[in-house]
Amino acid sequence: MEADTAHSNDTLLSVADLKVYFGGQDPVARAVDGVNFDVHTGETVCLVGESGCGKTVTALAVLGLVPIPPGKVVSGKIRFRDTDLLTLREETLQHIRGNQISMVFQEPLTALNPVFTIGDQIMEAIQVHEKAAENERRSRCIQLLQDVGIPSPRARLKDYPHQLSGGQRQRVMIAMALACRPALIIADEPTTALDVTVQAQILNLMKSIQNTAAMSVLYITHDLGVVSTVADRVYIMYAGLIVEQGTRDQVFQAPKHPYTRGLLASLPTRGKRGKRLYSIPGTVPNPAFKPKGCPFHPRCASALPECSVSFPKMCDYGESHLSRCPPLYNQEKHE
Amino acid sequence: MTNDPLILEAPSAPKRTRLEELWRLFKQNRLAIIGLFIFVLFFITAILGAVLTSGHDPVFDPSLIRLQEKLLPPLSRPHGGALSPEETPTFGLYLFGTDDLGRDVFSRMLQGAWVSLTVGFVAVGISVMVGIFMGGMAGYFGERHLRWDHISGVGILFAAGILLTTGNVWTSLGVFAVGCVFLGFFIVMKPPQRFGFTTGWLRKNAVSVDTLIMRLVDIMLCFPSFFLILTVVALLPASMYNIMIIIGLTSWMGTTRFVRAEFLSLREQDFVTAARALGIGNFRIIFRHMMPNAIAPVLVSSTIGIATAILTEAGLSFLGFGVPPPHATWGNILSGGKGFIFDAPWLTFIPGIAILIVVLCFNLFGEGLRDALNPKLRER
Repeated sequence: MEADTAHSNDTLLSVADLKVYFGGQDPVARAVDGVNFDVHTGETVCLVGESGCGKTVTALAVLGLVPIPPGKVVSGKIRFRDTDLLTLREETLQHIRGNQISMVFQEPLTALNPVFTIGDQIMEAIQVHEKAAENERRSRCIQLLQDVGIPSPRARLKDYPHQLSGGQRQRVMIAMALACRPALIIADEPTTALDVTVQAQILNLMKSIQNTAAMSVLYITHDLGVVSTVADRVYIMYAGLIVEQGTRDQVFQAPKHPYTRGLLASLPTRGKRGKRLYSIPGTVPNPAFKPKGCPFHPRCASALPECSVSFPKMCDYGESHLSRCPPLYNQEKHE
Repeated sequence: MTNDPLILEAPSAPKRTRLEELWRLFKQNRLAIIGLFIFVLFFITAILGAVLTSGHDPVFDPSLIRLQEKLLPPLSRPHGGALSPEETPTFGLYLFGTDDLGRDVFSRMLQGAWVSLTVGFVAVGISVMVGIFMGGMAGYFGERHLRWDHISGVGILFAAGILLTTGNVWTSLGVFAVGCVFLGFFIVMKPPQRFGFTTGWLRKNAVSVDTLIMRLVDIMLCFPSFFLILTVVALLPASMYNIMIIIGLTSWMGTTRFVRAEFLSLREQDFVTAARALGIGNFRIIFRHMMPNAIAPVLVSSTIGIATAILTEAGLSFLGFGVPPPHATWGNILSGGKGFIFDAPWLTFIPGIAILIVVLCFNLFGEGLRDALNPKLRER
């Protein structure tokens, strides 16, 4: 709606040079190693990457939920509206969590408390931030369940999580996240645990809610199918770094990083029927022992000798399309 | 709005609440049902006993002395004529006989049942509360560290408390003030950040909360608890309430261990992270969100704990350290009867068997509950 276009330049969340390390002593696991990204008002941003590349840790860091004794936010800024979330006290953060930024988790079964009814849990989410009367909370809860498309919401209030199907549980999770009408929802692989038809329903639901409420959504996912349907802008993450960023079309139509190209090439499409599917050789490096230079070079088909020496800079292709592969950039400029 | 027709109605599984499910599993265990039955019976008896044996003119008078009627066997009738009307026992017979002072053992057992019940429940209530709190702290905040400044601050306050008990009021007030200033300086002012100087080892982490609490548990477990209780009882004035509190405060360690163990696994679960992501505070998470998930083993251990507390109280009363004499408890009926074990065996057998049955039924009930709460059995 209006908010979509009019305010798209307002930066709601801006993460700058975020570094989150795990383990105190010598082999420090550099899970997130200098991540920059922005989320504008009303926008859908996808953070894409393989398992273990630091997506979830980034999301948790935004909410200040990184388990602190093993983990440590080494540096960085997380600006939400006008405050740096990293400098806030725990009590102040608690007012922001759920109220202004909320989160949808990957596994809807384990993310709901098994001993409470879903009504209790959604009402709890409202109660923590707003001193609303019992009746009002109940009616808002019913409204929320209706909004997320749960049939006969009044009767469902008294259901326990195990009595719902997977898709319905995820709807409940979304209802909880929406309870206080947050400005930003962080969805950590919200559809991974669901099958494809339910997945589409949930994505449509998120989209329609986002359109009516002018919310921003930060999707954390490894599913390029999801990305291509929902994203406004895409950040590709590899080994704790953003390797490529751009609009959905830029990244999908003209990927400028070998890793992105590899990811796109490994998608099964109609044209590749009968052929062997491409896969990027090797695995994500252990965050405690990352290769020197470009972290992707051991797996990169077009790696040059210099790639193992110098740390790659972000190269600007214009129109906010950036990629962290200088050799490719130079090559394209010469052509 | 998004009620699109594609959404299928979830197949409605047979809806049972957790309690119904629990009862279904519990019912299968016959011994546990017997335990529950006797438990309820004991509960009713004890409450009726408290009502019927108290007041100015009780229905069953446990302290009425009839020296001419001493050591009568159970079910014997009073010798006619010798007793005034208000001295004749209710029902006109001594159901459980009389003791060496001619007191009605049935009345005394009724009075003692109330003591056993309250001691059991209150002591276990105290131990469960302490145990849950300590276990919850150790399990949830276990990784956090206490710094030397916190510890030394609390140490100073503690020293002030000790000085107060020894009577040095003014010195203790002084030390107390020093402790407050010390703690205030380090905790509220946070000197290194604010004044740009380091205070060295005082700012270093000393012990984790987990270590502190669990080592305290180990220390408490090292004491032979019965002798610890004996010592404390000897120092304090004998009363039912002191005994409850002491038994409670020396038996929380098991609960703490249970709760901590449960919390260590619960803490890693998504719903705890989800609760935090909703902005719910730590203490609300501990007591409202995690505790209901951890309560099952605590329930089981507390039913068995009630049995232990009843036994401990009986043991204390038997040794003469328990509830002071005019008040009857099963332990001191037993203790009073041991001198007449050959002449009047019922004086030892009746309270002994009562203790045996009650403790056994609590254990059976507790084990039945444990089986019913066991998720592996619930699968069936």
